[in-house]
Amino acid sequence: MVAPRLAACATREGNRAVIHTRRLTRHFVSKKETIEAVRGVDIDVAAGELVAFLGPNGAGKSTTLRMLTTLLPPTSGTAVVAGAQVTSEPALVRSRIGYVGQANGAGHSFRVRDELVNQGRFYGMNSTDAAGRADELLASLDLVPLAKRRVSTLSGGQRRRLDLALGLMHRPKLLFLDEPSTGMDPQNRANLWDHILQLRAEQGTTLVLTTHYLEEADAQAERVLVIDHGLIIADDTAPNLKANLAGDRITITVEPSDVPQARAIVEAGGSELSESAGTLGVVLSARFDHGQQALPRLLHELDSAGVTARAADVSVPTLDDVFLSLTGRSLREDEAVAA
Amino acid sequence: MIEERERSELTSPRAGSNSLAADTRSVFVREMSLILRDPFSLIFSIVQPLVFLALFGPLLAGSIDPSAIGGASPLQWFLPGVIVMICLFGTSTAGANLLFEISLGSYERVLASPIRRSSILIGRSLKELAPLVVQATLITLVAIPFGFQLYPVHAFAGALLLGVFGVGMGAFSNALAIASRKREWMFWAVQQSLLFPLLILSGMMLPLEAGPEWMQVVSRFNPLTYIVDAERALFSGTFADRSVPLAVVAALITCAVGLWVGVRQVAKSTT
Repeated sequence: MVAPRLAACATREGNRAVIHTRRLTRHFVSKKETIEAVRGVDIDVAAGELVAFLGPNGAGKSTTLRMLTTLLPPTSGTAVVAGAQVTSEPALVRSRIGYVGQANGAGHSFRVRDELVNQGRFYGMNSTDAAGRADELLASLDLVPLAKRRVSTLSGGQRRRLDLALGLMHRPKLLFLDEPSTGMDPQNRANLWDHILQLRAEQGTTLVLTTHYLEEADAQAERVLVIDHGLIIADDTAPNLKANLAGDRITITVEPSDVPQARAIVEAGGSELSESAGTLGVVLSARFDHGQQALPRLLHELDSAGVTARAADVSVPTLDDVFLSLTGRSLREDEAVAA
Repeated sequence: MIEERERSELTSPRAGSNSLAADTRSVFVREMSLILRDPFSLIFSIVQPLVFLALFGPLLAGSIDPSAIGGASPLQWFLPGVIVMICLFGTSTAGANLLFEISLGSYERVLASPIRRSSILIGRSLKELAPLVVQATLITLVAIPFGFQLYPVHAFAGALLLGVFGVGMGAFSNALAIASRKREWMFWAVQQSLLFPLLILSGMMLPLEAGPEWMQVVSRFNPLTYIVDAERALFSGTFADRSVPLAVVAALITCAVGLWVGVRQVAKSTT
């Protein structure tokens, strides 16, 4: 009963919606205990978007991605991906999307170019088209010298580029990338992203990826869905998330005797005031809108009141601050554990 | 530019409507590249049954009462058994390659593609059967100078029968691999503990007629018994043996049940 209504709804919202989920849910049963990995998420992605699912390990990012790519059947809820239902038309969804999983997609014992051609055949391309497309991708992903090598002899960065090539063989309009750069060094990560963004610019592919790297979501994604404990807790552009959920923070260090006066002045312009002991005195920290403009004004007010600021700083928020303000936990701890 | 766009519109959102044969062929071609790109691996697998035949054959001939094998020449009796044995060994270990691909991630990539689930199983089984054709032909040709009599049409029918049975065995093996993906040792434990009872209780190596009655009773519940009996009948040049239709049924049931169990396992394999 529900599915047709939602499908009609998706059409009304425009044909440009490539992902449309309602109450998408996945439970796992482990040792008689039910784990709610994804708890009813609503996701809408339009054609051409670059969306990142950001969250700590175990938040439900990959589970969501695996449901969208038909690898995992949902416990309940609906998902229309590339115009087809994941539960009732999985083959159609699979034929229309590209998927780059967390692990390496190319078989270790196979040759690089063979695997690309095999992949093309799996998606119904004929041998000539598959061979032509394989050569095209080998060239654009700097893999030509490796064409005849066994996959097991490739470096981590080379394998990841091959994974990307495999995901792009059939020219999907929608590409899913699960933790595309996990375990890569910064140089290889930047290189991979150059390739991803270049291909996107050329073909207008819609990209949906998961990451637990804050910098990656911040720098690359146009839209960030923050996921925690199986729920989407925020969904916006990175600058908007930072402005609305974290805000700039101004930190002022004053003499202990000046604290009551300084607190009054800081509280008048800022919010979320906190106080801590520092080496130069007492550190007052508060959230301000447009911190860089607020700081000189604040210093002037303190000066007029006879309070000397011993140190001052403005910190522009990161997505970690966003996560911290949403959950009270830092993603960095998780990143440190993962690394 | 517009043409380019239109072309990509046409090629990209394909409906995944490849035929079962085309999908199976794609899987088979991929698997075969492992052998074709590294033909050296094939040489060992070809020589193995020859060694086995050369060492076990004379022992059997010297120790067996001809009446237990229906008065046939030991070679004529033993060779079909060896061919069934290679088939059983090859297809029952098919899952090991799948287990390797599951642990590395390439299997997941295949699952994310629109390829038919049954084609994954059939294509993989056929790859295990392909070297069998070469092995069987070779040991048969080598046996001819030693008095083995070849009936080509019957032997071909025997190979087809083994092919159907082998696809089923391969599917079971792949299903077992998927079921044991989180405890890889389990694959070999189960495979090994099933393989030898199946093998011995089919009369493949030694005639069951010489054994105790309970073994003969148990062997009637082993589908492999019918396959072995039928292969012996076919290799001795007769279609008109009760074992042949029974073996066709046994092979078809093994194949159908194997694929049914296998496809169900594939569907569960990412959870």
